[in-house]
Amino acid sequence: MAMTIHVDIVSAEKAIFSGAAEMVFASAVMGEVGILPRHTPLLTQLRPGEVRVKLPEGQEESFYVSGGMLEVQPHVVTVLADTASRAKDLDEAKVLAAKERAEQAMRDKSSEFEYAQAEAELAEAVAQLQAIKKLRQKTGVR
Amino acid sequence: MAVGKEIRVKIKSVQNTQKITRAMEMVAASKMRKAQERMAASRPYAQKMRNVIGHLANAHPEYKHPYLVERPVKRVGYIIISSDRGLCGGLNSNLFRRLVAEMRQNRNDGIQISLCTIGNKAAGFFARMGGEVLGQAHHLGDAPKLEDLIGVVKVMLDAYDEGKIDRLYLVYNEFVNTMTQKPTIQQMLPIQASDDQQLKHHWDYLYEPEAKDVMTALLTRFIESQVYQGVVENAACEQAARMVAMKAASDNAGNLIGDLKLMYNKARQAAITQEIAEIVGGASAL
Repeated sequence: MAMTIHVDIVSAEKAIFSGAAEMVFASAVMGEVGILPRHTPLLTQLRPGEVRVKLPEGQEESFYVSGGMLEVQPHVVTVLADTASRAKDLDEAKVLAAKERAEQAMRDKSSEFEYAQAEAELAEAVAQLQAIKKLRQKTGVR
Repeated sequence: MAVGKEIRVKIKSVQNTQKITRAMEMVAASKMRKAQERMAASRPYAQKMRNVIGHLANAHPEYKHPYLVERPVKRVGYIIISSDRGLCGGLNSNLFRRLVAEMRQNRNDGIQISLCTIGNKAAGFFARMGGEVLGQAHHLGDAPKLEDLIGVVKVMLDAYDEGKIDRLYLVYNEFVNTMTQKPTIQQMLPIQASDDQQLKHHWDYLYEPEAKDVMTALLTRFIESQVYQGVVENAACEQAARMVAMKAASDNAGNLIGDLKLMYNKARQAAITQEIAEIVGGASAL
């Protein structure tokens, strides 16, 4: 039997593929790569494209990834696929949106955190919870 | 019969409330199951990511990434994950209480604080209490998407890159089981690498294109995946806490209905007794 290499393809939201393969093809940022067993350790970014896995039985399975990372160890290949499409300006837009939301909420608010007020409010909430718990115990005993 | 009309109305209204709480309990139970599945589904990625980071920490790169280097702490950042909705018991208050205690500790040590909130409850809490909030995300829904978190995470990473914060923590509820959710504060930056690996000999990766770019991309994704995991876990916690809270509410409504029914029956019986007494009294007077 030919030598095989273990392949894991995962995305943040689910596991996509796990198993042995004869060879793995992926489109890295610097060009297409083909990984055979006992490849030297490699870490690279992936472009959006196809990841093809050549199974020991001879068939090929292919997966589409919208970018991600490829890690190669001599006997393990890990593809960390992105679930979101990434681009620098897209990310920047998201940053701005997050900041905007924060600023909107914080308008005319001091940036100094009011410890006393916060603790008072939390203490109140906790006291309420405890009162409810006690009440429940009392009614439970009855 | 005219007796106890108010009590009957009251019973009816408590019964209606009980119907709602019971429905919410069942909805939360089914949502919790899905949230738990989602939690399990996101685990392999985090696991693989941790493996790769572990390898990376044991490699001997020519480039030392700032995310891996400790530096003197003058200001820390917190990413706070909370729920969007209430009616989930003490879930959010317990988390905030733990955080406020830690923040106070930091302030006493002269360390400044920046915040980033995920979820309406944290946003509302810090809007009332003040505090420097750098970024916000909310309305993530029942199936949170990693995409919606990129913004808030990047806000904090940028702050870290610019030296505005020297440490980054993630604050969320850890899902222990349905009955227990544990408020947790976890350090994310600098990344604490575990060095219990066997690959101790001198080696390094080939990096394509540049070590710096590849590592930045990888570590950014690592942080994002941790935040995502926290969000998914917190969502499961929210549903579990809501389920328990709504179960308690339904039980309490049941007790209340019992009490009210007893009161109603007593009033009815008293009215009947009185009527009989009046008839008997009237008959003997004749």
